[in-house]
Amino acid sequence: MEKILTKNFGLKDSHLLSVYESTGGYGTLKKLFAMQAKDVIEEVKKSGLRGRGGAGFPTGMKWSFVPQDNPKPKYLCVNADESEPGTFKDRYILELDPHRLIEGIVICCYAIRSHAAYIYIRGEFVFPYHRLEAAVKEAYAKGYLGKNILGSGYDLEVVVHRGAGAYICGEETALMESLEGKRGMPRLKPPFPAVVGLFGCPTVINNVETISALPYILENGPDAYRKYGTEKSPGTKLFCVSGHVQRPGNYEVPLGYPLKKLIYEDCGGMRDGKALKAVIPGGSSVPILTAAEAEEVTLDYEGLAAKGSMLGSGGVIVMDETVDMVKSLTNLAHFYSHESCGQCSPCREGTGWSHKILKRILAGEGRPGDIEQLEKNADHMMGKTICVLADALAMPYIGK
Amino acid sequence: MAFEFTAENKRKFDEILTRYPVQRAAMLPALWLAQQQHGWISHEVMEYVGSLLGLSPAKVYETVTFYTMFHLKPIGRHHFQVCRTLPCQLMGAEGITSHLEKKLGVKLGETSGDGRYTLSEVECLGSCGTAPMLQLNDDYHENLTPEKLDALIASLK
Ligand SMILES: Cc1cc2nc3c(=O)[nH]c(=O)nc-3n(C[C@H](O)[C@H](O)[C@H](O)COP(=O)(O)O)c2cc1C
Ligand code: SF4
Ligand code: FES
Repeated sequence: MEKILTKNFGLKDSHLLSVYESTGGYGTLKKLFAMQAKDVIEEVKKSGLRGRGGAGFPTGMKWSFVPQDNPKPKYLCVNADESEPGTFKDRYILELDPHRLIEGIVICCYAIRSHAAYIYIRGEFVFPYHRLEAAVKEAYAKGYLGKNILGSGYDLEVVVHRGAGAYICGEETALMESLEGKRGMPRLKPPFPAVVGLFGCPTVINNVETISALPYILENGPDAYRKYGTEKSPGTKLFCVSGHVQRPGNYEVPLGYPLKKLIYEDCGGMRDGKALKAVIPGGSSVPILTAAEAEEVTLDYEGLAAKGSMLGSGGVIVMDETVDMVKSLTNLAHFYSHESCGQCSPCREGTGWSHKILKRILAGEGRPGDIEQLEKNADHMMGKTICVLADALAMPYIGK
Repeated sequence: MAFEFTAENKRKFDEILTRYPVQRAAMLPALWLAQQQHGWISHEVMEYVGSLLGLSPAKVYETVTFYTMFHLKPIGRHHFQVCRTLPCQLMGAEGITSHLEKKLGVKLGETSGDGRYTLSEVECLGSCGTAPMLQLNDDYHENLTPEKLDALIASLK
């Protein structure tokens, strides 16, 4: 299979502009500037590209929600906060192919008629941050960013903005609050960011991987992109495999790919001859699959939904027969209680109490009623809060 | 003691301000600059950043304390931050932490008396495919083993 997102990963100095250009990089910009903005949105809609940050929302449709009769400036936020446990794909795009992202940013901004993009990168990613900053500088120097790009009359400023450690800032409206210099607390929706987003202006927010697919789509057309994947989940996706496999790492495969094949062929199977016990297929916030479910499921939005889980961010966490499930759940409860922004009581209290109860069960000090209490907590958390962080921890108890 | 930016950092800060239509958006970049210069975010730093952005120190404080990477007190010269989240736990993160506690002579969450080491646990660092792993100051160290940790510690100045 042709690689779309990772094709340059193996090249020497793949992060440099000269290397990106030598593979045809920035070649789509000429074509882009000859097109009408609305036709670019049409192409992306036809490609069927869906958001790779977790929710899988159709990208072209999201862009079309930006009101073009609104006189305010329009913004793009690129979500490079990558903090969902099990997910480590955007980091590699930032390190190894930052120019593909920048070219994608130009495409998106031109389509939504924006002249400013902010890339919000998690604070811990210091090395990727330096790579990205250097790439943005190179792109400015070469005239791919800034005023009058390639003589088109189109201007675009790109700013790289560092976070400072907070998982919740990956949630789109928390990211905007954080960018505005505040605590990263999610906003109530509506209004949606497309209408009232960053600095109170219409804003599109997309994940790094989503944006990085755009140069291919514009260059080769929606049909070429649709050659891969399924009808409802077109294209390729990066899956980040961690846990008990022989060869963990990033794998770019067409959507619809069997999880079994990913684990047993691409990743070389389970390590130390152990048996598979369970898989969390889309980052820690999606429901877990049993070994039997994992061996049947295909990696696409509809395939995972059919098994009661979600594609999420593509973080595939593989667990072998030795794993203690109570311990694993306690670990995640710690994570969510630590990362809850605290503004909704059901989430702040629910994640905290769930963690406390699980810790005592794990220590062999469980009390009668603990399980019922956990279920009750989950019921209080599910669907009752400003963002879905609370749901992520509630789902395992409800048994999805 | 009052804090202010060095002339060079003040210049950087003035450039940063031009990137945003709203002054307050320069908050995190300003705090990063300040932490680089001062090592941590003291109350004086918060007052100073507030004065630059036209905000009360309380507004700066509420922001600083929301994020894990701003230090509210001085930390060790070598800050070991072991990832503790599930994928790393599956691959033996707990062993990494206990090995470091032994070798560095500090307990989790503490700084050594000579200010040389701080040992912390952090949540997923986006490096789960190369677990277990840690961040030492700015840098990631991946696929850790006790031997690798020993070599890492020995290499520190
Ligand atoms: C708690 C929480 C954390 C999130 N973290 C991230 C993240 O780290 N990166 C990301 O791209 N999206 C994250 N998202 C999803 C974003 O809110 C948003 O849907 C996404 O950035 C949209 O881009 P896309 O349509 O290209 O996927 C998170 C959502 C929630 C609720
Ligand atoms: S659900 Fe939790 S993380 Fe989300 S806004 Fe409410 S308190 Fe914050
Ligand atoms: S769980 Fe440790 S890097 Fe993701």
